[in-house]
Amino acid sequence: MSKELIRLQDLIMEFDGERILDGINLYINDHEFLTLLGPSGCGKTTTLRIIGGFLTPTSGKVLFDGKCINEEPAYKRQINTVFQRYALFPHLDVYDNVAFGLRVAKLPKAEIHERVQQMLEVVGLKGYETRRIDALSGGQQQRVAIARALVNRPKVLLLDEPLGALDLRLRKDMQNELKRIQQAMGITFIYVTHDQEEALSMSDTVVVMDKGRIQQIGRPEDIYNEPKNAFVADFIGESNILDGVMLSDYNVRFFGRTFACVDKGFAENEPVDVVIRPEDIDIVPAAEGSLVGTVTGITFKGLNYDIIVEFRGFKWLIQTTDYHGVGEVIGIRLNPEDIHIMHKSAYSGMFGDYSSYSAEYDELTEDAGNEEN
Amino acid sequence: MKKFNRVFTVLIFIFLYVPMAVLIVASFDTGKSLAGFEGFTMQQYVRLFKDRTLLKLLGNSILLSVLASSIATVFGTVAAVGINGLNHRMRKTVMTLTNIPMTNPDIVTGVSLSLLFIFIGTKMLGIRNSLTFWTLLIAHVTFNLPYVILNVMPKLKQMDPSLKDAALDLGCTPLQAFCKVTLPEIMPGVASGAIMAFTMSLDDFVISYFVSGTGFVTLPVQIYTYVKKPLQPKVYAMFTLLFLLILVLMIVMNLLQARGMKKRSAAHAASK
Repeated sequence: MSKELIRLQDLIMEFDGERILDGINLYINDHEFLTLLGPSGCGKTTTLRIIGGFLTPTSGKVLFDGKCINEEPAYKRQINTVFQRYALFPHLDVYDNVAFGLRVAKLPKAEIHERVQQMLEVVGLKGYETRRIDALSGGQQQRVAIARALVNRPKVLLLDEPLGALDLRLRKDMQNELKRIQQAMGITFIYVTHDQEEALSMSDTVVVMDKGRIQQIGRPEDIYNEPKNAFVADFIGESNILDGVMLSDYNVRFFGRTFACVDKGFAENEPVDVVIRPEDIDIVPAAEGSLVGTVTGITFKGLNYDIIVEFRGFKWLIQTTDYHGVGEVIGIRLNPEDIHIMHKSAYSGMFGDYSSYSAEYDELTEDAGNEEN
Repeated sequence: MKKFNRVFTVLIFIFLYVPMAVLIVASFDTGKSLAGFEGFTMQQYVRLFKDRTLLKLLGNSILLSVLASSIATVFGTVAAVGINGLNHRMRKTVMTLTNIPMTNPDIVTGVSLSLLFIFIGTKMLGIRNSLTFWTLLIAHVTFNLPYVILNVMPKLKQMDPSLKDAALDLGCTPLQAFCKVTLPEIMPGVASGAIMAFTMSLDDFVISYFVSGTGFVTLPVQIYTYVKKPLQPKVYAMFTLLFLLILVLMIVMNLLQARGMKKRSAAHAASK
């Protein structure tokens, strides 16, 4: 593993007495692609702005290469930023935008030219040198913003929801592009997003944040497969979250039945949250199921159907490729590895019940997420 | 209704521009009376450019306006940046305070400035003739400032605040960030503020009348003393030229604003 580059120590940030960051502790390794993931107002952008030097934390330290840089202004840090809405300079053309940082650093003209050309090639904008910024599409502006930051060869690149303004197709392309650039240049990326899919597909490490606190840090697989609490389980993908009791290692009881699972290390009879991912559930004929329920809703999603199944008054979301109509009685089978056990937390009982689920509800939350921009 | 609107608009334009037309016609008239047009001549313009006194007065006015509007533009722009950095409530208060002098009657401003200058000059510095070119300049800068601030503020508010962050991020000190990024962004506002200040300065009579001494007199102040006798026709020629100068400046200002608007809407369209 490569060495540690940035460390955040007990960061607390308050605006007008309101606590935005509540004790952030985090280290970021050299060459790492780290994503801060969370809903609007979770403090992810604030954390990024503190690392960039645009905000000074109320208390706590930012260490860069072991040295405290709290007092170092943004223009002295070896860190560059791709801003949320690019913040390209409208009075300059593409070339001058990219050359901006090198000119401020007073590099020789020939070197500036060479580095700008090279960078424009990396982002695929060769031949666009004299274009005006307002004559570029959103995706092209995005590339200029990345080139303008990377041409300075920073140790760290900060990206604040850089793909938020692009349409879905372009976003997917740019995700691959960003990952490729990061690997090619070997620069540490700190990426902020509220899009969990984006976070999972691009990052080496995902940091899930909510209410100014870090909820979980881990590799994308770990975050997805072993969420630490109900918030993470719900925010990363879809989850059915049930109340259960851990009888002993590898044995959990919920819905009045005992199931085998793969988790251990809980206290005897400890109340727990049980997570079951909608795509892990196998549908079987009612007679063969370990639980039997009734389908109450179905939505076609393209790749699969989202069906809502009621088990004893509690509604589950199940993803299946087979059609099951409303009113149909089905059975389900749960394998031990489909069941994930979490300790109870402040978030218990707030997520994972699909009683109010509808397709429109899904769209509403997506809009709320975009409003932060 | 539509027809009525059109007629009404035409009437307003006649109302606004007929006096200017009369003046322009009079400046080309061979006759001495304003009663009728007797024949076309450029003679008044020739006489104007031979009249050292009038040209000197015009020169004084232009010199004063250029200096006053330049100083006011620098101070006003810096002040606007400072005001823009304040929190919402403070900003509103300060803007109201800067706007009040604009609505204050000129005669009140003129008399108060004159009292102030005389007080400072005679009582504190012991100068006998305390009203000079410098008091005139200070007075003009004073009444020009609000116009500059008023023109620059909207541009600052429209500017994406992350542009400044981006400049800092790319290694600019705060001063460099202002010169390289903020200033080019707000330039249309700065320019229109400067032009407005210049025209305000050029035609000011009331305030200038109270704060100028005998050493340095501006054109409007001097013209006022002519009014007792009939004006010489060459003055019409000069007014015509002044009118054209202001007209050109106004057109430039409008073009600047139109260009700014077009750029913004283009940028808006591209970001979609």
